Amino acid sequence: MDLDFTTQENDFRAEARSWLEANVPRTPLPSGDTREGFAAHLEWERLLFDARWAVVSWPVEYGGREATLMEWLVFEEEYYRAGAPNRVTQNGIFLLAPTIFEYGTQDQRDRLLPRMAAAEDLWCQGWSEPDVGSDLAGIKARATKVDGGWLLDGQKTWTTRGAFSTHLFGLFRSDPEAERHRGLTYFLVPLDAEGVTVTGVGRLDGDEGFAEVFFDSAFVSDESVLGGVGEGWKVAMSTTGSERGLTLRSPGRFMATATRLAELFRSRAGSADDVLRETGVKGWMDAQAYRLFTYQTVSDMVETGRPMGVESSLNKIFWSEMDVRLHETALALLGVDGELDEGSADAVDSGAWMKGWQFALAGPIYAGTNEIQRNVVAERVLGLPRK
Amino acid sequence: MSEMRFRFSDEQLTFRDAARDLLAKECPPSVVRAVWDGDTAGEDAVWAALCEMGVVGLRASEKHGGLALSDLDLVLLLREAGRVALPYPVVETAAVAVPLLDEIGGSLAAEWIPRIASGETHVAVGLPGERFVPAATKADLFLLVAGDAIHAVPRGDLTIRPQVSVDRSRRLGLVDWAPSPATRVAEGATATGLTELSRLRAALGTAAFLLGLGRHLLDITVGYACERHQFGVPIGSQQAVKHKLADVAVALTFAEPVVYRAAYSLAHGPGLADEVVGEGVDVHVSMAKAMASDAAMLAAEHALQCHGAIGYSYEYDLQLWMKRVWCLAAAHGDARTHRSVVERAVLG
Repeated sequence: MDLDFTTQENDFRAEARSWLEANVPRTPLPSGDTREGFAAHLEWERLLFDARWAVVSWPVEYGGREATLMEWLVFEEEYYRAGAPNRVTQNGIFLLAPTIFEYGTQDQRDRLLPRMAAAEDLWCQGWSEPDVGSDLAGIKARATKVDGGWLLDGQKTWTTRGAFSTHLFGLFRSDPEAERHRGLTYFLVPLDAEGVTVTGVGRLDGDEGFAEVFFDSAFVSDESVLGGVGEGWKVAMSTTGSERGLTLRSPGRFMATATRLAELFRSRAGSADDVLRETGVKGWMDAQAYRLFTYQTVSDMVETGRPMGVESSLNKIFWSEMDVRLHETALALLGVDGELDEGSADAVDSGAWMKGWQFALAGPIYAGTNEIQRNVVAERVLGLPRK
Repeated sequence: MSEMRFRFSDEQLTFRDAARDLLAKECPPSVVRAVWDGDTAGEDAVWAALCEMGVVGLRASEKHGGLALSDLDLVLLLREAGRVALPYPVVETAAVAVPLLDEIGGSLAAEWIPRIASGETHVAVGLPGERFVPAATKADLFLLVAGDAIHAVPRGDLTIRPQVSVDRSRRLGLVDWAPSPATRVAEGATATGLTELSRLRAALGTAAFLLGLGRHLLDITVGYACERHQFGVPIGSQQAVKHKLADVAVALTFAEPVVYRAAYSLAHGPGLADEVVGEGVDVHVSMAKAMASDAAMLAAEHALQCHGAIGYSYEYDLQLWMKRVWCLAAAHGDARTHRSVVERAVLG
């Protein structure tokens, strides 16, 4: 065990920090889940890309700098410490990209990854349907084989930032005879294809962060299949592993939240009784524990070459519920100031805690509800019987 | 290309596996229960085997017959001792008394460490804040703190008033003694520093032991929930049971690296250069004890509930682990006490 960062890792941190200090917008961007905010976030994404900070762990030819996993964690810590904008490209670079690296053809990698890194193609996720949520294997949207490609029909919903995206990755039933996990195929779909209609939907916080996507005999080519016809479930599990596991929610994000919470405690010392202070310190310790757990996980991955398995469900339960508690504590500390929304003149931190609280509340729901994750932990980590 | 590495070495993992095998063989629940009934033959045998393996003298320097290894080398072994609910206070002996004697040095260390590490004699430790001394009746030497001095008091110079812990294997004693220049072995800043270090080692070692207790409680409860049928199905197929045990798995999983990092900090100083707050070793140890205590208490609570009435019975072994958790969660600083240490550092 050696918990001191190497000279190379420290140099990497210093370079990231200095670039971020010089370039992170001084005033926070408007929410990336609104049209106006999304455009502002895209400018930021392209600035990141031009400086080769958009996808640090990727190969150089795709716009990265071949950083190690440890360095990626270090970059994430610096990114959120600097208060940099949330990544509107996250569903592409953190969820789809690892799946393309694992299952994509050389042609798909060369064609899709550079444009994704440059925020030219903007990807959203098409999993849920009106009747299909936690029970994802019940997918009804279908793909019908035609000459040279497939026709897609059906509806996807709760598609995050779908209204602002250019492409969708999703699961469709390609074998109408097959049931449940079989007969599904993972498709990469341009949203400007004929027969695709996207409608924005308001999220809890009022932002147009959701979309419904309708497919009416929309044609996609054979090259749009990722990982083989009928292999969709296996390929999708790689994506959900990233979503629950390492890449979507790196520790740097929660450490930054916990640090801001500690600052809030210091600035409102008179508002906190012992009980609230103890709750606050629990949240801060959880953020530290999550960081240590992640370093341990990455060290094991580097040593053994094995990716995170079903343990990603333990991870997802922990970070999502920690995020809720951190924000809940901040709102308790704010008292009557807590309800002031962004845009209100006297809102503390521009209303970031109420905004973040509403976002955090989604955590135990998306990427597979935490009830489902607890079943996964019980059955596949602990070995309890399914039935 | 070397990287920061949060992983135990192959040697450390091999040592852990050997200790696990030995303890599984030498310390079944019947040995723990026998100690409750005053029969320590099994305990003496397992202690002799641990001495033979080098666990007890692991922290002593080579000139005293030890392995000259660190808190980081010991932490996984203490977790293994927790898995079997080893009745003897291994934390106070191997993690606290042995390095303390080694650091005091001189004839005290030369005389006592080889005999303690071989199991020939026993040592007890009374740190500030810990009113009662575990396994007091077995000890021949007592390391005690008075003011800014550490004293090494032979059994003959003190009296022990036995106390009855809810965990009978604890064998607590209240030690009556009077400090004298003859028993003083360290004083002033040296003694204060060693006392603080001893407190940190005791808290960290107890945290590791609690992780083992908690993990065992989770394992036996999973086993029981697979076997026990009600309404025609294993009770472990019910989501209400699954979710309780998943919560225990989460709590233990995220407490573990916190305990290992604290062991690293004690052995090598704080790594993971963190500029968020001025973190010291004491903050790392307090995080470890707080999270391990909470995780083990949750494991005990859910283990009892998922076992139902059988878990509540005196004859069933669950209680041996559960009651140890209750005691050790409070020993060497409970979760609230340790959180307050972190709180002062973080929230100001």
